[in-house]
Amino acid sequence: MTPNETAPPDTAYADAATRLLRGRPATRDALLPLLHALQDEFGYIADAMIPVVAAALNLSRADVHGVVTFYHDFRRAPAGAHVVRLCRAESCQARGAATIERIATQRLGVTMGATSADGRVTVEPVYCLGLCATGPNALVDGRPVSRLDAAKLERIAAEVLA
Amino acid sequence: MTRAYVSGDMASVALGADEVAAALAARGVEVVRTGSRGLFSIEPLIEIDTAEGRIAYGPVEANEIDAVLDGTHASRIGRIEDHPFFAPQQRFTFARCGVIDPLSLDDYAAHGGWQALDKARALTPQAVVDEVKASGLRGRGGAGFPTGIKWQTVLDTRSPEKFIVCNADEGDSGTFADRMLMEGDPFCLIEGMAIAAHAVGAGHGFIYIRSEYPFAIRVMQAAITRAAPRIAPFALEVRVGAGAYVCGEETALLDSIEGKRGQVRAKPPLPAIEGLFGRPTVINNVLSLAAVPFIVAEGAQAYQAVGFGRSRGTMPIQLAGNVRNGGLFEAGFGITLGELVNDIGGGTETGRPVKAVQVGGPLGAYFPPAMFDLPFDYEAFAAAGGLIGHAGITVFDDTVDMAHMARFAMEFCAHESCGKCTPCRIGAVRGMETIDRIVGGGRQPGGLEAMPQMRNAAARPRDRAAEIALLRDLCDTMKFGSLCALGGFTPYPVLSALDHFPQDFDQPATAQAAE
Repeated sequence: MTPNETAPPDTAYADAATRLLRGRPATRDALLPLLHALQDEFGYIADAMIPVVAAALNLSRADVHGVVTFYHDFRRAPAGAHVVRLCRAESCQARGAATIERIATQRLGVTMGATSADGRVTVEPVYCLGLCATGPNALVDGRPVSRLDAAKLERIAAEVLA
Repeated sequence: MTRAYVSGDMASVALGADEVAAALAARGVEVVRTGSRGLFSIEPLIEIDTAEGRIAYGPVEANEIDAVLDGTHASRIGRIEDHPFFAPQQRFTFARCGVIDPLSLDDYAAHGGWQALDKARALTPQAVVDEVKASGLRGRGGAGFPTGIKWQTVLDTRSPEKFIVCNADEGDSGTFADRMLMEGDPFCLIEGMAIAAHAVGAGHGFIYIRSEYPFAIRVMQAAITRAAPRIAPFALEVRVGAGAYVCGEETALLDSIEGKRGQVRAKPPLPAIEGLFGRPTVINNVLSLAAVPFIVAEGAQAYQAVGFGRSRGTMPIQLAGNVRNGGLFEAGFGITLGELVNDIGGGTETGRPVKAVQVGGPLGAYFPPAMFDLPFDYEAFAAAGGLIGHAGITVFDDTVDMAHMARFAMEFCAHESCGKCTPCRIGAVRGMETIDRIVGGGRQPGGLEAMPQMRNAAARPRDRAAEIALLRDLCDTMKFGSLCALGGFTPYPVLSALDHFPQDFDQPATAQAAE
């Protein structure tokens, strides 16, 4: 299955862009909010969205491409059904994040930054969730989890691999 | 009906506060979700309204609710104000955090909210700026630039349009005060921004919040909707970041709001003169703006009376990492690093000796316990080769490998560099390689030097000392040649690790442990 087979046609993106921009001027500063909204809706920023967004905001495609690729948040491919973001920053390192990362990637069967072959789970690094006194921390499908240990990881694995 | 208070702060929720709140509600208790009090070793925390005041229990598990309700739970703390972590604090900025319902306008008004805005609006803009100047408030984001001077510049710059921007892109590891304030007392930040708007003549404001803070984004957006009539004609909106650390740098943040890559601008022009959309802009950190309502309501003198040297007022200090009593400790400047880490923090959570603390996030220096008599003060830290930054203190025990942490600092800089200036973009990568070679014991001339084109390349091997000299030289270039603090301050953690923990660079930590 290639992404093209599942991707909606460009008109879906154009309709979405028009709808998401409604009520705000189509100026350049709408670019980040629009990209966030498109990613919320479609799960990632598809290549075919870039000319659509460029046209909607009267920007060049290169300009939009530059912004999309600059920010770590914007995905260029769909993520897994579940997304586990593990904190790698100093405060979590001081509390054993490296060990947690090793156990988690092993248990979930996926390397850091990758999506499992069956599309079930994506494991990504994140640099600080602001829960620095109770690490190691993770965001599991947007839900924060602190004081990660082997038992909590096992519960997360059971949840996302189910 | 019994009333209970349970924090809805992201950190409390990560520890199970939602389950605790649900268990209380299931027993017919009226649950008020507050921000966090700020000590995470006692979370999830329940406070029960009683005749003697709010009686706290924590940490509490969801299946222990009955013991809390009949008052027999072993983790009974009593009044939070009397707890040894809270009793010595001076909460100017965080007075309401953890106490009130963050989205209740009635609660906010009942706890002194909006008094400062009403007072400020009765004054001339210049009088408000003078008050902030007199308070001695300095930018809490890290640079420590006097807030009142910045406001004066914006006030004095003539323009048909001005902006207030709040930097809530709190990306430094070990810091969470901005997040706690936005989740626990959002109206305080809104009030501070509305006062700033009156003081400089701005009509529109932006709060730029990092996407890693979904709770703060949600609370701030709801709070803005509720407070909109109160702060009108000033209007506010939230902008959400997209995972770029460098957008915490003020000019990169402005570019990001404008819909561009978050790249650093060269200064001058200062944002106060040509900021957002080319207009004069006040850009301040969350904590700077949130300190303003206290200053205006209580008077500059009340704020200025606390502090140390040229660092006036209080600092919300964050104890993080491997520390027993981690959390938010707001106190006047001048408290020593040792008091914070050992007395208040209680040492490491693992119980092992403290080896190093990093102050000020990924760009802050590492200090050994031998320097724990340093007072918390902008100038004292600068003189000791470090910085306060956003006042996060990350504690490490003796298992940490400081050469690894130095390499991580370079790696992080390489990962997050905006790419605009060479010392940061290339220097960070070369720094990683050089640290690898130091740890590896130096470098033999390889294939590259042997190529005929490389006539000037050194053909002799470089030993560890030569590699260290190279790293120091590189750090010098990054420090003085970078456009912003990302490249400019990455040398702080690297050089402080090298200066204070040279043994970790001489020998891999695994070999030291084997001895």
